Parts: sequence; C-alpha cells; structure tokens
Amino acid sequence: MARDALGATVSLAGQTVDWLLDGDHWSGSEGIPHRLLVHVGISAAAVGLAALVALPPALLLGHARSRWGSALVAVGNATRALPVLGVLIILASTSLGISTRSTVLALTLFAIPPLLSNAFLGVRDVDPDVVEAARGNGMSGMQVLRSVELPLALPLIAAGLRTSAVQVVATATLAAYVGGGGLGQFINEGFARGDEPETVAGGVVVALLALLVEVSLGLLQHRLEPAVETRL
Amino acid sequence: MDYVRENADALRAATKEHVELVLLSVGFGLLLSIPLAVMVRDHRRLSTLLLGVTGVIYTIPSLALFALLAPITGLTLTTAVIALTAYTLLILVRNVLAGLAGVSEEVRESARGMGLSRTGMLLRVELPLAVPAILAGVRVATVSTVALATVGVTVAHGGLGRIIFLGFRANLYHAEILTGTALCVLLAAIAEGLFLGIEWLATPWARR
Repeated sequence: MARDALGATVSLAGQTVDWLLDGDHWSGSEGIPHRLLVHVGISAAAVGLAALVALPPALLLGHARSRWGSALVAVGNATRALPVLGVLIILASTSLGISTRSTVLALTLFAIPPLLSNAFLGVRDVDPDVVEAARGNGMSGMQVLRSVELPLALPLIAAGLRTSAVQVVATATLAAYVGGGGLGQFINEGFARGDEPETVAGGVVVALLALLVEVSLGLLQHRLEPAVETRL
Repeated sequence: MDYVRENADALRAATKEHVELVLLSVGFGLLLSIPLAVMVRDHRRLSTLLLGVTGVIYTIPSLALFALLAPITGLTLTTAVIALTAYTLLILVRNVLAGLAGVSEEVRESARGMGLSRTGMLLRVELPLAVPAILAGVRVATVSTVALATVGVTVAHGGLGRIIFLGFRANLYHAEILTGTALCVLLAAIAEGLFLGIEWLATPWARR
C-alpha cells in the first residue's frame, strides 16, 4: 500500500519532469515564459501601486509618531482574517469584472498592510536621541525624515517590501482561479482536465518563483543593513 | 438574508467543515511544533535550520502546495489538513522557541535548586511560563488558517470556501459570495475573542 503510493509519486514526479521539459510548454501565449512574465508583471504592478499608496502616509505618520499610525497598523493586521479568495471573487464581480485590472487592484489591497506597518514602525521607532541630535544640528522636519529617519528605517521598509512581494506572488496564483492570468492557470487547467503533471508542474514553477523572490529580496534587505551602519 | 434562510443547512455544514479544518490544522501544528522546538532549542544551527525549513514552506503559495499534494493524497480532507498544518508551523515554532527562550536564568536556577529534573523543569516551569508566547502564536495561526482554509476548495474541502466558490460558479451570485466571506471574518473574530479569554484564564499570575 505504502509502496504503491510511493511508486505513484515517483512516476508522477517523472511525468512532471517530462511535462516541464516538453518544448511545447515553453512557447506561445500558453507557455511557461509568457505566463511567468504576466505573473511577474501583475505582481510588480500591484506591489508598486501599493508602495505608492502606502509609503508616503506611513512615513509621515511615523515621523509625527502619530497614534493614527498605530490604528492603521491594527487595521492592516486585521486584514489577515480576510479570506483572499472571497475578496478576489467579490472584486471580480464588481463593474471591474474579471480583468487584469481587477486582479492588480485586489493584489494591491493585500500588498498594502505589510508595507504600511513596517514603514510606520520603522520610522517611529528611530532612536529619539538621534532625531533630537539631528534637530539640534538645525535640520528641518522634512530633512530629518529624509536624511535621518528614512535611511535608518530602510531595512524594516525592505522587510515589508519582501513580505508584501512574496504574499502578492502567492496570491496572484489564486487570482488565476477566478479568471486572472499568470502561472496559476497551469494549476487550474491541470485540476480542470485531470492533468496531474500539469498541476504539479504549475505548483513547482510558482513555488520556485516565490522562493526566488523571497531569497533575492532577503539579500537586498541584508545589503541595506550594513549600508546604514557605515553611514552612521 | 433570504439566501441565508433558504440555505441554512448548507451554510451550517460548510461552517462546521471550516471549523474542523482549522481545529485539526492548528492542533496538529501545535503537536508538531512544541516537541520540534524543544528538541532544537539548545542547538543554534538546528534552530536556524528548522526556522529556515518552516519559512520555505510558508513561502510556497497555498494553491501550489495543494496542487503538489492533491495527486498524492487525493481530493480529501487529509490533503487540506496537511497543507494548512504546514503553514501553521513557522508561526508556532517561532513562538514556542521565543517563549522558552524568554524564561529567565534565575527562574531556571531556582527550579534546579528545588531539585526538578530537566523534564520536570520543562513541563512544570518552562512550558507554563511560555504559555503567553505560545498562545499568541496559536492566535495568529488560527486567524490566518481561518482565512486560508477557503483555498481548500481546490481539493474539495474548503469549508466556507466552497460557499464562496459556488457563488462564483453561479454567475457571481453575490449573496453567496458575501455570506461565505462574512462568515469567515466572523469565525476569525470569534476565535480572536476566545483566545483573549483563554489567555486570561491560562495565565492567572498575569492578572491583578
């Protein structure tokens, strides 16, 4: 029994490798490169949009050490409880319809909370003595934010970017389930056609992409840390 | 509202399945995390390795993990529970480790002085003191699992996810989608409330 399951798994793994090596799956609008580009494009657009929306208010609120910032962070944390699938479907059912635009918008919503809370907390928790010293040197509020608080908060902001990007790449897979494009389509089609190798291959490619994003942004984050220390 | 009244049975069944998924996954997650954390806590390398591995699992998109498991364990509750359990591990292991590390050396010293063995100390001193940190982890894990469990619909066991997805199939039937989503959020809120209560009950020394 266990041996059967093992045998089936091994043969499925072989079929998946065959599927991945099949040249047909590497060309055209239904091929891996095209869908990979769509996936990355949608994700990048969502994270970029979220950064534009979330960072300016988060930095200013952090600079002001405002209580509203903490409230926003709490709201952001509460979105953890929202089922992504439900929100994607609700957005797809509005006038936006099932389109790249509604997918990007939905993903943007999920990208905002980590960016927002990390930027706010990063700036707010800069050592008050350092801020005091900067002010004592005659810096204006904006100068303090730009040349003291922002650089010191950079590692945390990068961490927020990493969390948010990984989450978006993962969620974009689900978006395919409600008609969006990208790599999730392989998983969908595989389930729909009962084509197990395709499902598994899709899963493998998406998982690798997510890990790649996680690792590369992690490296970026680590590079930022010593840069800040030497600047001090 | 009419929709809710007419489909009360289906909704109840879906909610029950949803709660089952969450309880099983977080339960198994906890059963795995505590011994794992206890085993690795004195070895820096092993701790890093364990956190790394659970972190990698956490990074894998849920749909991808379901896709990888489905051909092996089938479209079953088991598949959903395995995937959801795997996702709870990062949060739980991290919090158990943090909780155990938070026990002060003086407390350990006096426990040794009272003649407690390693196991005795773990069970009667360290784990109880780590309860707030562990509970905080269980709380985050539960709330995220409530939301994540909906993805189980891809392997035919998604609890409220099925209601949401049926609404999607039925030409974007709003009542169904919204009810499913709202029930999910409600479950998460109830869980959150329960945990605040448990935390209060489980740490009598923190009260006053």
